[in-house]
Amino acid sequence: MSAERLHEVGPAQQAPPVPPTSRAPIDSRPPGPPGRPPEDLLGPPAAWRDRISGLVTRVILLGLVAAIAVWAAFPLIEAEAWVGLGVLVATTVGLFYLYLTRRHVPAKYLVPGTLFLIAFQILPVLYTASTAFSNFGDGHRGSKQDAIVAIQSSSVVQVPGSAEYVLTIASTGDPSTGPLVFLITDPATGQISVGDGSGLEVLDAADATVNAAGKVTAARGYTILNIGQASARSTEITSLTVPTAARAIRSNGLSRAYEGQATRRYDAGCDCVTDTTSNHVWTAANSDGSFVDSEGGRLPQGWRVNVGFRNFATVLTDPNVAGPFLGTFLWNLAFAVGSVFVTFALGVAIALALNSERLRGKAAYRILLVLPYAMPSFAMLLVWRDMFNTDFGLINKLFGLDVDWLGGPWSARFAVILVQLWLGYPYMFLVATGALQAIPKEMNEAAEVDGASPWQRFRQVTLPLLLVALSPLLIASFAFNFNNFNAIYLTTEGGPFPADNPSVGATDLLITYTYRIAFGAAGAQYGLAAAISIFIFIIVATISAVSFRRTRALEEVY
Amino acid sequence: MRIRTAGVVAAFALALAASGCGGGKPAPASSTPQATGKLVIWADDKRAAVLKPFADKFGKDNGVTVTVQAISKDQQTTFVTASQQGSGPDVMVGAHDWIGNLVQNGAIDPVQLTDAQKGGFPEVALKAVTFNGQLYGVPYALENIALIRNTDLAPNAPATIEDLVAAGKALKTAGRATEIMALQTGQNGDVYHLYPLYTSGGGYLFGAKPNGDLDPKDLGVGKPGSIAALTKIQALGEKGDGALKRSIGGDNSIATFTSKKTAFLVSGPWAITDIKKAGIKYDITPVPGFAGGQTAQPFVGVQSFFVAAKGKNKALAQEFVTNYVTSPDLAVALYQAEPRPPALVAALERVRASDPDLAKFLEAGSKGQPMPAIPEMATIWDPLGKAEAAIIGGANVQTTVDAAAKAISGQIK
Repeated sequence: MSAERLHEVGPAQQAPPVPPTSRAPIDSRPPGPPGRPPEDLLGPPAAWRDRISGLVTRVILLGLVAAIAVWAAFPLIEAEAWVGLGVLVATTVGLFYLYLTRRHVPAKYLVPGTLFLIAFQILPVLYTASTAFSNFGDGHRGSKQDAIVAIQSSSVVQVPGSAEYVLTIASTGDPSTGPLVFLITDPATGQISVGDGSGLEVLDAADATVNAAGKVTAARGYTILNIGQASARSTEITSLTVPTAARAIRSNGLSRAYEGQATRRYDAGCDCVTDTTSNHVWTAANSDGSFVDSEGGRLPQGWRVNVGFRNFATVLTDPNVAGPFLGTFLWNLAFAVGSVFVTFALGVAIALALNSERLRGKAAYRILLVLPYAMPSFAMLLVWRDMFNTDFGLINKLFGLDVDWLGGPWSARFAVILVQLWLGYPYMFLVATGALQAIPKEMNEAAEVDGASPWQRFRQVTLPLLLVALSPLLIASFAFNFNNFNAIYLTTEGGPFPADNPSVGATDLLITYTYRIAFGAAGAQYGLAAAISIFIFIIVATISAVSFRRTRALEEVY
Repeated sequence: MRIRTAGVVAAFALALAASGCGGGKPAPASSTPQATGKLVIWADDKRAAVLKPFADKFGKDNGVTVTVQAISKDQQTTFVTASQQGSGPDVMVGAHDWIGNLVQNGAIDPVQLTDAQKGGFPEVALKAVTFNGQLYGVPYALENIALIRNTDLAPNAPATIEDLVAAGKALKTAGRATEIMALQTGQNGDVYHLYPLYTSGGGYLFGAKPNGDLDPKDLGVGKPGSIAALTKIQALGEKGDGALKRSIGGDNSIATFTSKKTAFLVSGPWAITDIKKAGIKYDITPVPGFAGGQTAQPFVGVQSFFVAAKGKNKALAQEFVTNYVTSPDLAVALYQAEPRPPALVAALERVRASDPDLAKFLEAGSKGQPMPAIPEMATIWDPLGKAEAAIIGGANVQTTVDAAAKAISGQIK
């Protein structure tokens, strides 16, 4: 149904309900949209019921909107994402305005769909596109600041030969707000010191009580924090370092402390990281998001940067990616077309057979035929993979064969199409059955009277009419199978792989191949994966657009 | 009526404000410091269930709230992504070979153990959790593969792989078995299970730097040692002895053994439950190497506790991981949930008497190598596995290994 029609039908069917308090004076009625039936035409009880139920629905839905908005607002405020908060407030206010005013009736119908379209289609596409221009992936996830923090904090080592101390967390004031101090017991000497950000001071032994493990249980002038109280101030404890003569004492958990030092330090002046023990220097390569040294070595912790068109260039020029692209693309096309064709052929054939009026027990046949569709395809794909096993598989055993089904390129391709056929024909059977019943019997009868053979009747009458109804489904099925990741990944994983090229296999689709490039080796490379998926999107979109245009031509003819 | 509408709007505004207060209350409360701290632990389903009582006890003893959340799939990716967004846990439980990737993503912090605590672990466990000279996890369980033998079919442990093949062939001829052995390969290879044979034949993956760290620039795949090893492996393959087959993969190798089709299975502690269920008498010995070859070294995997770098309660997480996890009680309980040898020597001593398999698995792993934890290891699995599968199927060794080496080195940055 077109939007226009919706518009026409809408207001009449569902006149915006009026609050119950509005029963009174006629003069206060706002100018309603033209053509709206006057409220008084509805009998008083019916009008009341409509108004009340409309009001209740509106209260519930808008209440939900408000609840979601409030729920979403707190994280945004906490993250100080003011732009996001602005969008949220504007959307919520807009929604409230729209559904509380009596104007903008078409918008009332269009806005929810548009919002969902933006949230679930447009934003993900934009996000993918923006990712494609970055080096986002393992080792390049966060900001440069994150990377520097990670480099420095992972370089903290215990000073060789230094003592391990027993730590007690205490405060000079209130346990939850007062200034924190570390009470540090040296296990060798039993000496207790008090440390804070300014340094370490020896505590008089008479002022403190110590248990057998060296933990201070009471100290004059200090409140000892128990683990619960201390862990509530975890961040302060972790960041508190007590400077000593040469290094600093840090907490390790809540009951131990050690003398440690960060061996790598970032210097903003040279934009580089220096190792204090070896004086090795890694300079920031801001276009790559890594710290690199003069020999080409790099620190594992990098950051996310914009790399422009580099990912797209990789897809087009890297021999590992671009080399097998054409071959994979052709097989991908063949796989998608083949899957649709065989399932459609078998589905229609069975639908025609079961459409015959002479057949008895149709319901039973139909239930049996739909069974493969009712089973979870995940499990079925794995079962099929095992059935194709050379030595232990059902197929070889049943037919007494010794075929290495998934080991040879053509037998593996045949096998995956066969699996597709088994999984897919019930769907085609179902939709074809429905479409067949919609074709008027008179047409076939007329053709029969004209002397057409059964094949001619099928070819000239039934099939074209079926195609009119089913073409959009076939195109959708094509687009789905073009990216049918599970069908390949759960059966052959893209294999068999030629001995001289482990990167692309005989049954690889572009999507399984992309997956392996993006996530299989060298960790996750979301940027590259996003770039390849944009290419795949363009391919599928082009093919689908062309097919739809052809379909429209088909509809005009018949 | 416009006025009335305004009234309704006002009512809605009030309702909104009311619902705002109602919905908003918990949020500010949780963001302000509470009297007690909170510790969040992530583990896979099985371990989460085992950890729960211990975490609760830790919480009760110390007056903190400990939540154990089960992450059933893709634990590593989920952890990295959640950490990045600031919604990750304080403590993560996982395998030691994640360390390289977790470190490069800034997801975990080093842990500081005392010398006494370090002394409680075998050296291989500590070596496994060490990355760039830092200790990043506290080990709790070790795992490695071994040769599991049906003692009814094969009473004596084979000293070499050649002995094993001879014994397997004899059983096949006698009609008592249909396969020589079950070592999972699959269509795409299995680097992990073939590693003992690969090392025995002279192959290695990464060379070592002078300080003992692995050197990703010294790639062993493609070197003469790897060619020699894979040539020997090919002789065991489909065109040779038929001991290694692509039709035996992860999904059917244990089943092949438990249905008595073969006398030999190369697998880990996880296979024992099924074998016991099948009522097979078995023994566990190290995976044998080639006659006159080098020692067959399995990978040793170490399950560990990690302190999340972006956790909200790092001090408590460090306390839990370094002081509580290092107690043998927890290690014993984790062992009882899933029989993998505990990493703590003290815990191992306690369970060793009741479970003879443990000592045998440990013995089989005693000469093993910790699985490389450097991020570059991710580039190895796929190409080398496929090369191994192709070679077992009869492909030319030299060209196949060269292609794999090229694919791997192309990925190492």
